[in-house]
Amino acid sequence: MIGVISYLVFFATTASILAIAVLGLNLQWGNTGLFNGGVVAFFGAGAYATLILGGTPQAGHLGGFELFYPLALLGGMAAAGLLAWIVGLLTLRLRHDYLAIATFGVAVAFENLMRNAEWLAGGAKGVRGFERPLREALGDGFLYNLLFFAVVLVILIATYLFLERLVASPFGRLLRAIREDEEAAQSLGKNPTKIRLTAFVTGSVILGLAGGLYGTFYAFVSPQDVLPTLTFQIWAMLIVGGAGNNRGAIFGAFLIWGAWTASGWALSRFAPVEAQLYTGSVQFILIGSVIVGMLMWRPQGLLPEKLVVSQRGKTPLVKQGV
Amino acid sequence: MAEVILSTKGLSRSFGYLKAVDDVTLNIRQGSITGLIGPNGAGKSTLFNLLTGALKPDTGTVHLNGRDITGLAPDRLFASGLGRTFQIPRPFARMSVLENVMLAPTGQVGETVAGPFFFRNRMRAEEKRIRDKALGVLDFVTLGALADHPAGQISGGQMKLLELARVLMGDPSLILLDEPAAGVNPVLTETLIGKIEELNRQGTTFVIIEHDMDFVMRHCDPVIALAEGRVVFEGTSDEALKNPVLLDAYLGATADA
Repeated sequence: MIGVISYLVFFATTASILAIAVLGLNLQWGNTGLFNGGVVAFFGAGAYATLILGGTPQAGHLGGFELFYPLALLGGMAAAGLLAWIVGLLTLRLRHDYLAIATFGVAVAFENLMRNAEWLAGGAKGVRGFERPLREALGDGFLYNLLFFAVVLVILIATYLFLERLVASPFGRLLRAIREDEEAAQSLGKNPTKIRLTAFVTGSVILGLAGGLYGTFYAFVSPQDVLPTLTFQIWAMLIVGGAGNNRGAIFGAFLIWGAWTASGWALSRFAPVEAQLYTGSVQFILIGSVIVGMLMWRPQGLLPEKLVVSQRGKTPLVKQGV
Repeated sequence: MAEVILSTKGLSRSFGYLKAVDDVTLNIRQGSITGLIGPNGAGKSTLFNLLTGALKPDTGTVHLNGRDITGLAPDRLFASGLGRTFQIPRPFARMSVLENVMLAPTGQVGETVAGPFFFRNRMRAEEKRIRDKALGVLDFVTLGALADHPAGQISGGQMKLLELARVLMGDPSLILLDEPAAGVNPVLTETLIGKIEELNRQGTTFVIIEHDMDFVMRHCDPVIALAEGRVVFEGTSDEALKNPVLLDAYLGATADA
């Protein structure tokens, strides 16, 4: 029984961390219409920077700053934000699919850099020597994992509340206007460049936060954690959950992560032995099919965006289901 | 001569070998409703885009209220009191009509990431003020009852009224309308004209591109005609009707039809 609960805590922790990442992507894509095809670069920047800043000294690569953990996590967020700012400045003129291609390239470059620059982050062996905060006091057992989950959950809720307030504000109106029609927004005195950059950096800081928590959870990060697969998983979560809806983003994260985990388990259990080697590939096919299927039959997601989120008029005519 | 609100000098813009706007010099009179006519491809829309900053001129200058605004981006121009609408309406479709209008005021305190968290009281007070003003403007353009509708689901004519409402939130001194009557049913056109004339009486200057000659002749004075990127006529609507060049180039075809 404790085994099952222990596993559920493990599952929920991972899903909650991914949900934070999906919320970050939702700000960029769902609210602002920015197609970030390199989610994993910003997630990874957060993970790497948190571990390098908070870890113990290791021979052979940068690190060992042993910062107080919250500072290390903030550093991870800052690193993701800085990367987004640079990428944003370079790609601001790009729209839609071009932005997607450019950011996808950034993510692949990031992965290759991490894999090859051993002096920086340990190369293929990854960043080791990170002690999870309060581990000495709490040990490695179930209690620690439960408390860690509680902290992640609090951060997830805080991120959700932060974004809900943000998108219901005049700033959220700006983002939606940029998403809907940049030229019209500019004719109404808005500066699209500045707004796009702000949304891109803010969303990436949240992706970096998720990455930092992810790295903390495993006390390890390597190039295997920043493969394009993760970008597609996070995208699938947003599309299935409902772009533009923060609750949808969280719901999608749990649903897709559950389906991913369950399909992995089912394949390893029931697939013929000779097919076992390919279960990973089968999972990729499944997640690709889910994205395509949703886009074809329910592009608005399971929990679609609600219409009015900043202000209502005096005479609501009908309840809008749009 | 009355005061000039907007003037251009030697304004030109080419696309490849095509001189879309060719050495255009004109003065828009403060308080006028100036009609801009000309056949398709005459350069009207290009001229509009040069005036509103959507395009940058190859040569020439634009002055608004005596200030050189040549090459300024559209967002800067809106803040300087110049509003524009589009030939094909561009509502923010998945936003409510009210949100479309509330977006427009510049420099809102809640328009930053920090605003909604660190300046909440100021933001709330400002939101209330903007909302009241927006509802007033929507009532003015007869869209009050549609405030909570998605802007993408109102009629084409209502979208044109919505664009006017959005622009009015910036209290512009000059409004450029690109074919306000095109594709709009006659009742809404009358509404729109009524609003334009009411605003004009309160001091707003209008420049209107319009193909509907009846509209131009009845409501615009003066009339400026473009052909092949150049100004071929400038005068009152009566003079326009008697001008042989114009009749030949443009009006003749319309009058025969």
